[in-house]
Amino acid sequence: MIENDTLSKVLYIDLTKKRYFVKDRKDLFEKYLGGTGVATQLLLEECPEGIDAFDADSPIIFAVGPLSGVFPLASKTCAMFKSPHTGDLGESHAGGRSAIAIRMAGYGAIVIKGKSELPIYLSISKGKVLFKNATTLWGMKDGSVAARVMRQNEDGEGLRAIFRIGQAGENMVTFANVTTETYRHFGRLGLGAIFGSKMLKGIVVSGKQMIEVTNKKEYRALYDQIYNAATESPVMQKYHDVGTAINIKSLNSVNALPVKNLQRSSTEDIKSVTGEEIAKHHLARRVACAHCPVACIHLAYLREPYDDDPYFYKTTPVCYDFELIYSLGTMVGITEPKALLKLIDIVERVGVDAISMGVVLSWITEMFEKNRIKEDDLNGLSIQWGDVDTYIELVKNITKPSTEFLKACSKGVSFASSVYGGKEFAMQFGKNEMPGYHTGPAGYLGFLLGARHSHLDNGGYSVDQKELVKVDLSPEQVVDKLLDEEAIRQILSSIAVCFFARGIYDLKLVSEAIKLLGFSLDEKKLMDIGKQIHLNKYKFKMREGFSFDKLDIPERIYETKDPTGKITKEFIHNGLNYAKNLIN
Amino acid sequence: MKLAVKDAMRCVGCQSCMFACSRRSGNAGLSNTCIGVKSSGGISKGYTVIVCRSCENPPCASVCPTGALVPKKGGGVRLISSKCIGCGLCQDACIIDAVFWNDEQDKPVICVQCGYCVDYCPYDVLELIKDEKGVSHD
Repeated sequence: MIENDTLSKVLYIDLTKKRYFVKDRKDLFEKYLGGTGVATQLLLEECPEGIDAFDADSPIIFAVGPLSGVFPLASKTCAMFKSPHTGDLGESHAGGRSAIAIRMAGYGAIVIKGKSELPIYLSISKGKVLFKNATTLWGMKDGSVAARVMRQNEDGEGLRAIFRIGQAGENMVTFANVTTETYRHFGRLGLGAIFGSKMLKGIVVSGKQMIEVTNKKEYRALYDQIYNAATESPVMQKYHDVGTAINIKSLNSVNALPVKNLQRSSTEDIKSVTGEEIAKHHLARRVACAHCPVACIHLAYLREPYDDDPYFYKTTPVCYDFELIYSLGTMVGITEPKALLKLIDIVERVGVDAISMGVVLSWITEMFEKNRIKEDDLNGLSIQWGDVDTYIELVKNITKPSTEFLKACSKGVSFASSVYGGKEFAMQFGKNEMPGYHTGPAGYLGFLLGARHSHLDNGGYSVDQKELVKVDLSPEQVVDKLLDEEAIRQILSSIAVCFFARGIYDLKLVSEAIKLLGFSLDEKKLMDIGKQIHLNKYKFKMREGFSFDKLDIPERIYETKDPTGKITKEFIHNGLNYAKNLIN
Repeated sequence: MKLAVKDAMRCVGCQSCMFACSRRSGNAGLSNTCIGVKSSGGISKGYTVIVCRSCENPPCASVCPTGALVPKKGGGVRLISSKCIGCGLCQDACIIDAVFWNDEQDKPVICVQCGYCVDYCPYDVLELIKDEKGVSHD
C-alpha cells in the first residue's frame, strides 16, 4: 500500500478508561486489504476466547477498505464482534456515509472495548475522540430522535456518519441493530446489543481528507469506467429502479417466497405489496449511500389520519426493500401496504434486525395458533396472521419483555424454541433467522455454511434459481460453488464494495483498482486471500464453539413446495458433511 | 459560465459531484471539494446542494485582508494561493457556506466554475449555464 495512506491507522478506544490511541497496522492491511479481512484478524486478536459477548472486553470492530473514498460503490463498513445472538462470529455490513466518514476521518479501522459507567456517545473528528454524556438520550422510544440530537450537537454536516442504537440495543435484545443515516443498518447478529452492553448510545464520525493514488491519469480513467458501469450497466438497473423489492413478485410466482412462517411459499394476495405496486402508490424518494450514484434506498411515505381530528395527519417516511416486505409482510401474513409500512416503522424505531423480528413474530404466531403458548405468555395479547396492530404491540413487548416467554423471544427463535419447543418450524439457520429465499437446497446450504449464516455470504439462492431449477448438481458440486463464491465475496467486503456491485467489481477490476492504492495482487492471489479470510472466520467460529454437528435444521423446509423440488434431508446432509471436511 | 443548482429535489445525496470536484486535483478523497451536499434536516427531507453563486460583487473577496481573492469579470473569484494567510474571513463572509476549506493546506478552496462536477451528477441536479442577457440565475 502507499506509504502515507491513513488506511492502516487503527483507532483503539477504551470506554472504561475514556482514552484512545492510534496504531499503524500496515501488517494487517497489506495482508488482508481492509474491511472483513482486517476486521477478522482484529477480532481474533482482541476478543478473548470464550468470553461473554456482553463482557467489557468483548470488542466492537469497524473496518473500511482501500477503495472507500476512492471509487464509487466502495461505501460499506464491516462491523465485527462476538455475536450475542449466535455465540460465535458477529459480522454485519452497512453503507450510508459510514465508510466514507471513517476513511475521510483518517482511519482504516476502529476498535472499541471496555464499558462506560454512564451512557455516552463518541464524537470522532480531526484526530480526536470526545466522550459525550448521552444520559438524556437513553431510553427514548424512537432511536431517530437520539440521532437528531447528536446531529444538532456535532459538526461535520454532510460529511458525517451517525451510528446509534434504539431501545432494543439498550435492553440488549440479541438481534438489536445499529442504524446509520436513519435508513441503513448494521442489521444482523446483534451489534446493537453490544453497544447497549457498553452503554454506548452512538458514534458520530466525520472527516474530509485527501487520498493519494499512484497514477492520477489512470485513476481518472478507471474511475470513469466504474462510474459509467454503475450508472449505465443493466446489472445495477434493478437496484436503481424498483429496487430489491422487484423480487417479491417473481419469487412468489415460483413458490420461493416464505409466507406465514413458511407454511406456504406463495400467496394469491401479493398484488399490492409487490415492489412495482409499492413504488407506484407509496414511493416518495430515493436516496443513496455516500459515493454511490445508484440510489437504491427506497423511502415510502406513510400517511395516517389521527382518530381525534379529521384534518390532522401523521406523515412518516419509511424505508422498504425486499427483505422487509418478506419478513414483516408475507412471513406474518401482512399483504396490505399501509399495514406493512406501519410494522416496518415500529421496528425501525426500536432498532432491531427486521429479518429476525419478522421470523420471531411468525414463529410466535404459529406457536399461538397451535395452542403451544397462551395469552399470558404474550402479556395478554392474542395474535393471528396479519394482525398488524397486535404485531406492533408484540414488537414493543419483545423489546421490553415482561414475561419469561417474551424474554426468550428477545434472544431469537433458536433460543426460544429450545425452551418452549416448536423447533421444527423455528426458521433459523446457525441460530440466525432466515432471509426470504425458499429457493432450493443451495439456498439452505448457503445459510448453513455461510460464516455469518446470511444469504449474502455466498448467494446460494442464485445457484438454485440459475442452475438447480434446470439441471441436477450434486451436493458436493453445490458446496464447491458456494465456497468459491464466499471466497470472492470476502475480497469484495475487504475492499468494502457493496455486494450489489458484484456484477461490476470482478477480481480483474479489483486487482486494477487496488493497484492505484499501491497493492500489487493479481486475481489468483486475491482468490487465495479470500479463501484464507473465510478460513480465518471459521477459526473464530470453531474457537467459540460452532460445530456443523450442532446445526438445527427446521423440518419445515422439507415440507413446503420450492422451485427446485430438490430440498431433501439427504441433499442437505451430504452437502454439510462434504463442507465440514473441507473447512475443519 | 456559471455553475447552478437546477433541481435540488432530485438530489439523492450520493456526493458524486463532491468527489468529482476534489478529483480535479488528480487525487481521491474530499479535501479539495467546493460543493457541499447535506441533508435538509434529516435525509427524508431531501438535500441541500451548495455551490458558489459567483457573485458579481463577492463578499468573500471584499473581506480578504491580503488580496488573495480576486473578483473575476462577470462574477466569482480567483484564489491566489501564495497571498492567502488562511485567516478564514472569506468563509465567514459567505452566508451560503460556499467557501470550502482544505484542512491539509489550511486554505480555502474556491469554485472555478469549470463544470467538471456536472458530468458526474446522474440525476441532473447541477448544470453549467451560459451567461445570456436577460436570463436570470436562481
